[in-house]
Amino acid sequence: MSRRKIAEKMIPFIPPIILIATLSFLETITRMEILPSLFFPPPTAVMATLYNMTTEGALLDHLSATVIRLLTGFLLGGIPGMILGMMMGWSTAIRRILDPFVAALHPVPKISSLPIIMIIFGIGFVSRTIVVAVASFFPMLINTMAGVRQIHPIYFDVARNCGASRLQVLRHVVLPGSTPFILAGVRLGLNVSLSISLAVELLLADKGIGTLIWMAWQTMRIEELYATIVTAALVGISIRIFVQLLLNRCVPWATKART
Amino acid sequence: MGFRCKNLGVTYKTQNGELEALEDVSFSVSDHEFVCLVGPSGCGKSTILKLVAGLLDPTTGTIEFDSKPAGDRPRNAMVFQEHGVFPWMNVLDNVAFGLAIRGVPKAERNAIASRFIDRVGLSHFIDSHPHELSVGMRQRVSIARAFVNDPEILLMDEPFGSLDAMTKLVMTEELMGIWSRQRKQVLYVTHDIEEAIMLGDRVLVMTGRPGRIREEIEIPLARPRDLRDRDKSEIVKIKEHVWGILEEEVRAGLRGQHEPS
Ligand SMILES: Nc1ncnc2c1ncn2[C@@H]1O[C@H](COP(=O)(O)OP(=O)(O)OP(=O)(O)O)[C@@H](O)[C@H]1O
Ligand SMILES: [Mg+2]
Repeated sequence: MSRRKIAEKMIPFIPPIILIATLSFLETITRMEILPSLFFPPPTAVMATLYNMTTEGALLDHLSATVIRLLTGFLLGGIPGMILGMMMGWSTAIRRILDPFVAALHPVPKISSLPIIMIIFGIGFVSRTIVVAVASFFPMLINTMAGVRQIHPIYFDVARNCGASRLQVLRHVVLPGSTPFILAGVRLGLNVSLSISLAVELLLADKGIGTLIWMAWQTMRIEELYATIVTAALVGISIRIFVQLLLNRCVPWATKART
Repeated sequence: MGFRCKNLGVTYKTQNGELEALEDVSFSVSDHEFVCLVGPSGCGKSTILKLVAGLLDPTTGTIEFDSKPAGDRPRNAMVFQEHGVFPWMNVLDNVAFGLAIRGVPKAERNAIASRFIDRVGLSHFIDSHPHELSVGMRQRVSIARAFVNDPEILLMDEPFGSLDAMTKLVMTEELMGIWSRQRKQVLYVTHDIEEAIMLGDRVLVMTGRPGRIREEIEIPLARPRDLRDRDKSEIVKIKEHVWGILEEEVRAGLRGQHEPS
């Protein structure tokens, strides 16, 4: 039993250990030129480049462009997705009417709809944001709908028995009961937003992490290429941490009940 | 305020076709009466409570409440068999829920709720969430919530099913105390025949599915009753009688062929 407890205490240290081990390994084989360092620069060199780009270059500008794009896109798509998901989860009629459309539109690759969106909204910021919004709409909708549907019917009965109006049922049952699923949707939605933001930037934006990746590639500045990709990964980790904070704050009852 | 159930029938629509849960159920509960409902598992006891609570519409039949215009329903509170304690609220908010819905100010509703939490012995757990409670403790939360709502009709679905014998006895005595003071109408479902006899003014014995009322038994014991004294000859006699009926019903149910009585 105590051995198991020790093992459990170790778990948080394992990811950093794996990371450090992998980086050391890469450092060794690139420094020894087992992998050509021209295409695979050593991690320390990448980190140094990252530092320089942050302090001297315009990395932070590009980073904030990507983060703003990802957040506006996510809010623009995620909030309607959540509202519609809630309606579809709650009302069988609405679900049966709209579900075929969701099923048909969801698998369409979002980035491939960019040309059509550009025809409608032009080639500027609006179009780029709308693609991101469309991409985060679906994970939020589907998660919220699943979240409302998994609420046990007895909670609706209890609320009705206590005389709750529909609005009160929404506030005291539907919303809190589906929050763990909504937050899972937030995590998925933010990640999709991030990848679509990068893709849009690779394709046509003049600013952002994606643009930076493309420029580094075009000019064969391999170390900068890696440094930008690491930046994107750091955004991914921030998303994870942000959602975990939300979970701890909004649904302690669900997270604690499961661990 | 009593009520009368007239020829209630319920047919559930399920994936495997229709399922007749209740057939022609008629009974009444008069003012201040405590009525117990016993019957084999799946005979429709919970369904009857949901009908009276208005959570389910009968397929046939009607329920009439005294001194209310038709269609109107006096305030009732249900203690659900599966408790239905909200996992996202702590004990206090769960118990105060009905008052919050009615717009009672926070300080006032918390004071009322705390009093009932005290009565069910959970004052140390007032800030706990349901996942930190045992099943029996959650059941007590749901009982406190029902009482806080100060209903005219109390509907209890095996409220003490998950409690140990001693806690159950104490809680039942508490319930009887509250009932004798406030004299609400109670419809009480239980699997425990002895309990039904000790508590009820009347015991309704149901048939297997589709459920009907097979027999109504008046319990002639004087009140207040001593819940600890269960060996009186009257009690034993009624108990044997009810056992006999239920044995027939359960055996018929297990054979899958229920002969109409
Ligand atoms: N929502 C529902 N949909 C379909 N069938 C149902 C539903 N609720 C109950 N039933 C069926 O109706 C019958 C009666 O159910 P009910 O829950 O009222 O029984 P019960 O007497 O309370 O049983 P128990 O003592 O085991 O709690 C059962 O056969 C059950 O399968
Ligand atoms: Mg039941």
